[in-house]
Amino acid sequence: MKDTADSHVTEDGRTIGGTLLDLRGITLRFGGVEAIKNISFDIRQGEIRAIIGPNGAGKSSMLNVISGFYNPQEGEVWFRGEKRPAMKPFQVARSGVARTFQNIALFDGMSVLDNIMTGRLNDMHAGLVAQMIWKGKAEREEVENRARVERIIDFLEIQHIRKTPVGRLPYGLKKRVELARALAAEPDLLLLDEPMAGMNVEEKEDMSRYILDVNDEMGTTIALIEHDMGVVMDISDRVVVMDYGRKIGDGTPDEVRNNPQVIDAYLGVAHD
Amino acid sequence: MLYREAGDFKTTYTGDSQTFPIRLDRWGYYLILAVAALLVPLIINDYWLNAVMLPLLIYAIAALGLNILTGYCGQVSLGTGGFMAVGAYACYKLMTAFPDINIAIHIVISGFITAAVGMLFGLPSLRIKGFYLAVATLAAQFFLVWLFNRVPWFYNYSASGQISAPERTLMGFRITGPETQAWAVYLFCLVFVVASAWICRNLTRGSMGRKWMAIRDMDIAAEIIGVNPLRAKLSAFGISSFFVGISGALFFAVYLGAVEVGEVFGINKSFLVLFMVIIGGLGSILGSFLGAAFMVLMPVLLKNVLVGGLGWPTDLAAHLEFMIVGGLIVFFLIVEPHGLAQLWRITKEKLRLWPFPH
Repeated sequence: MKDTADSHVTEDGRTIGGTLLDLRGITLRFGGVEAIKNISFDIRQGEIRAIIGPNGAGKSSMLNVISGFYNPQEGEVWFRGEKRPAMKPFQVARSGVARTFQNIALFDGMSVLDNIMTGRLNDMHAGLVAQMIWKGKAEREEVENRARVERIIDFLEIQHIRKTPVGRLPYGLKKRVELARALAAEPDLLLLDEPMAGMNVEEKEDMSRYILDVNDEMGTTIALIEHDMGVVMDISDRVVVMDYGRKIGDGTPDEVRNNPQVIDAYLGVAHD
Repeated sequence: MLYREAGDFKTTYTGDSQTFPIRLDRWGYYLILAVAALLVPLIINDYWLNAVMLPLLIYAIAALGLNILTGYCGQVSLGTGGFMAVGAYACYKLMTAFPDINIAIHIVISGFITAAVGMLFGLPSLRIKGFYLAVATLAAQFFLVWLFNRVPWFYNYSASGQISAPERTLMGFRITGPETQAWAVYLFCLVFVVASAWICRNLTRGSMGRKWMAIRDMDIAAEIIGVNPLRAKLSAFGISSFFVGISGALFFAVYLGAVEVGEVFGINKSFLVLFMVIIGGLGSILGSFLGAAFMVLMPVLLKNVLVGGLGWPTDLAAHLEFMIVGGLIVFFLIVEPHGLAQLWRITKEKLRLWPFPH
């Protein structure tokens, strides 16, 4: 694997470090269907890495492999320079990977604040007795984590809906709350599954700005799936292109844009 | 106009996460607590104790317990009666085996024993959900009742197969057995109720409660943020059963005094507590109390009105009572599917603005 020495600084002044996550020869099958066929790529510290491709290309499956929902039949996942054993999703979450979902997966019965607070659960260790009597560690932890959550609430500008039940929120805000919940975990690697699906231009601009700010200010490494090519090409450092479970392109937005295979996959091939 | 929160600003996160953030609510709570602890013991008599207060308090604990499991963690259980029986029989065995130990300690230990049994029967919840889990807990209900009926060790080989509470005192006052002092029994149960409600509230507002609610609302998303579903569900089963066990122990030792398991802790009891939780409001501490109050007080009230007020024959009144209570349950569920607690919440929202519409 690449070592941390080959870090470099981007044009806009962000430092891209060594490899954070390395996927090697991942193959995922559902019965006879190969959803992912022998795909390898890496995600480097501090970068915004996009995964694009037509519908059914296996992008979400790829994200599900990273977040531990699926265990690939072949291939290895290397995280922070160590080979990761087969893990349950909650174990992956505790190792510093947070994610959002394509179709929002918030806790509808809870308020926005409680939803975001669930992102802090992995850092709350008060014992049962302390929690029962709400003294000592339980109360201290609650206040500490609340302060951290409030910073994220400020960051994403959702102060006004703090106490609103999530079920009542409009779609765009729900997406933002889900991002907030993922951020609350203070992950090393943030996976975003179509963060801009179903949004209008204005909401997309807001979301793009938040993604860039998160990456820039918090230094979070981001892997995202997105269909809006304009957005992807604008915000990402490197792009992986998938089609029918295969990797057909990998590189900077410019490289990918001029890759003939990618153009074929998106525009179709002229059969003559 | 009178009920408002204007000027009631919170400057700390502790202040913002307290149980009653609105000052008037807090005063109301202290007032109710003061009346319950200071005034009621002075005027309570045996009729009020046995017809109203004891069932109300004891069912409130059971409803709190079930609400943790079903309302907060989303795991449907039809085994409440069976778990109450575990509490009752554990308490009976402890009372007869260690007669010198304080009854209050016995009741708490019964809670722990029930918690262990509850976690055992909660294991299927890791694999099955919803109606299927309900059926699995139904199996627990029937198995436990069968067990206490068939294994003579549990009822100390008594000829009748019943268990009856020996006389016990607490600080010189009779709590169980015949000839108890009404106010002492009442206060004894009140302490358990207040402690249970306080603990439930603390657990549900902190990280434990958030884990449960996350599992309830979307278990996949809960797992992705790092909630271990096994531990979350089993802790809900354990803590829920703890309170259900305490209520079962109190039901047997303090309220009834003698118990025949199939009659007292049958499937009817499971449904009764489940109805309390649903009518009161799933996922609400206040709802547990409102639900228990509704299911306990409504029949008593109807009986007094029909027989005492209108002078109808007792048997006619008894049948009508069933129909009216059933009708009221349907009525309340249609008016507010989220229970009486939600009704109260809406009333509060309205009161904040009253008398101005906007």
